[in-house]
Amino acid sequence: MIKLSHIEKTYEGPDGPVPALKGIDLTIEKGEIYGIIGLSGAGKSTLIRCINMLERPTSGKVIVDGQDLTEMDAAQLREARKNIGMIFQHFNLLSSATVYDNVAFPLRLAKMPEDKIREKVEPLLALVSLSDKANQYPSQLSGGQKQRVGIARALASEPKVLLSDEATSALDPQTTKAILQLIRDINKKLGLTVVIITHEMQVIKDICDKVAVIENGVIVEQGPVLDVFVTPKQPITKDFISVLMSNELPVAFRDAEISQEPFEGAQLLVRLTFLGESADDPVIAGLIRKFPIEVSILYGNLDHIKDTPYGRLLIGITGQQSDIDAAMEYLRQRDLRIEFIGYAEKKYLHA
Amino acid sequence: MDSNITPLLVTALSETIRMVVVSMLAATIVGIPIGVLLVTTAKHQILECVPFNRVLASIINAVRSIPFIILMVAIIPFTRLVAGTSIGTNAAMVPLTIAAIPFIARQVETSLKEVPYGLIEAALSMGATPLQIIRRVYLPEAMPGIVAQLTTVVIALVGASAMAGTIGGGGLGDLAIRYGYQRFRPDVMIATILVLLVLVQLIQFSGNLLAKRLDKK
Repeated sequence: MIKLSHIEKTYEGPDGPVPALKGIDLTIEKGEIYGIIGLSGAGKSTLIRCINMLERPTSGKVIVDGQDLTEMDAAQLREARKNIGMIFQHFNLLSSATVYDNVAFPLRLAKMPEDKIREKVEPLLALVSLSDKANQYPSQLSGGQKQRVGIARALASEPKVLLSDEATSALDPQTTKAILQLIRDINKKLGLTVVIITHEMQVIKDICDKVAVIENGVIVEQGPVLDVFVTPKQPITKDFISVLMSNELPVAFRDAEISQEPFEGAQLLVRLTFLGESADDPVIAGLIRKFPIEVSILYGNLDHIKDTPYGRLLIGITGQQSDIDAAMEYLRQRDLRIEFIGYAEKKYLHA
Repeated sequence: MDSNITPLLVTALSETIRMVVVSMLAATIVGIPIGVLLVTTAKHQILECVPFNRVLASIINAVRSIPFIILMVAIIPFTRLVAGTSIGTNAAMVPLTIAAIPFIARQVETSLKEVPYGLIEAALSMGATPLQIIRRVYLPEAMPGIVAQLTTVVIALVGASAMAGTIGGGGLGDLAIRYGYQRFRPDVMIATILVLLVLVQLIQFSGNLLAKRLDKK
């Protein structure tokens, strides 16, 4: 649906050219929700603006729905843009127009007759649950409601692609969840291809199928969200994920010395990652039943990546060394990811 | 107060209003498009044309830097060309209009610049033409600001129209100078000032009201 090849964008700064994008290649399939994550200044906003040519790339090709946007003249581009809806961090609604008029805006640009406009706007307002607010002005709405107007407006021209530029960054967590849910519903209902720019891994985790991590104008890592979450390769990706899933040890072990060899009074610390079906597997129960060892759960969480259950558990094992080794062997045979951290002694904290 | 000054005041007031209304209308018709061009032809704008923008800006600055009383005299040949005469109320409208155009253009520019660029970007992303952006985004969004700014211009024009009185333009200024000052009639002077005071208050009040009604923010 969207194919970016060798996109470069260089700005003319006061101290010479500043490269913002340094050769981006990206393919987004029809119906996908594709997330692009990066820190501010990484070039993600420039990148999404290249998809509808709000920013013209210095070089490279932008192909949306089989059409090369970089080859088009102004009039063709305006036509092509009607195929690409966009929503914004600060909503960008007309403050002088009502909710109804804001949603009708793209249709009036296209010179659609008023009765046809009404036929289109009303179901859209119903879709975003704002039918009762049709005659209010944006200043009378909450942030989440404003963004829903933005979504309805972006959908009015029946686009094939929806671009979301930090659309939830100005919203509180609950509203963010509701807006993401709405985007996901629309994606399912209309088969819309969605590109989401964000700096929050939570957004990627909640609704994206695939993710690209952008750093200094380059895509450093990309792939299905599940793969990137479970086996992140780049430090920046690990940083983003660690915001959601802490890799830190519990306080009692934080200052402890971690040894790769067993020693007196130490526990073996192991981090287990369950994915999908294996999240239901009673691994710990099996471990205790089969081996004369003690297992204590030090940290655990269960979550979803889009619709896949995903769990992490940090356990401490004590017992005879031979039993511990056998237990480790048992764990390795299960369908889960094991991270061997090492042996450490628990420090008792005196408050 | 002498009873015979009332007809004088009425005539003078109607002359002032006529000068202000006509020159304001003419200057607005020319000034708003210039203000729009000042914004839209600037760098990174929808009609980007930087050389044109620079020339336009310098012309505006040039006209604005001439004090009205000098402008009025300096353009007498032009006034004669347009109005057929260089004295009288009609003649005074010409320099008033000329002086108000760059004033309005700058005020409109200021208001338009307050429209967040995100709105322009949103309209572009929906395939809007530059003309559609001006008509459907810039002007409606900036309208409360433009109305407030134009109110200031109207009030400035009332002041300038008094100066026009000195070249025989008539109006309240003329009345105050000829009767109040030259004929030592303090009653006329005070009456004129009172009428001006009420007039300006009225203009400001209506301007504020209209701007507030238009503002949906």
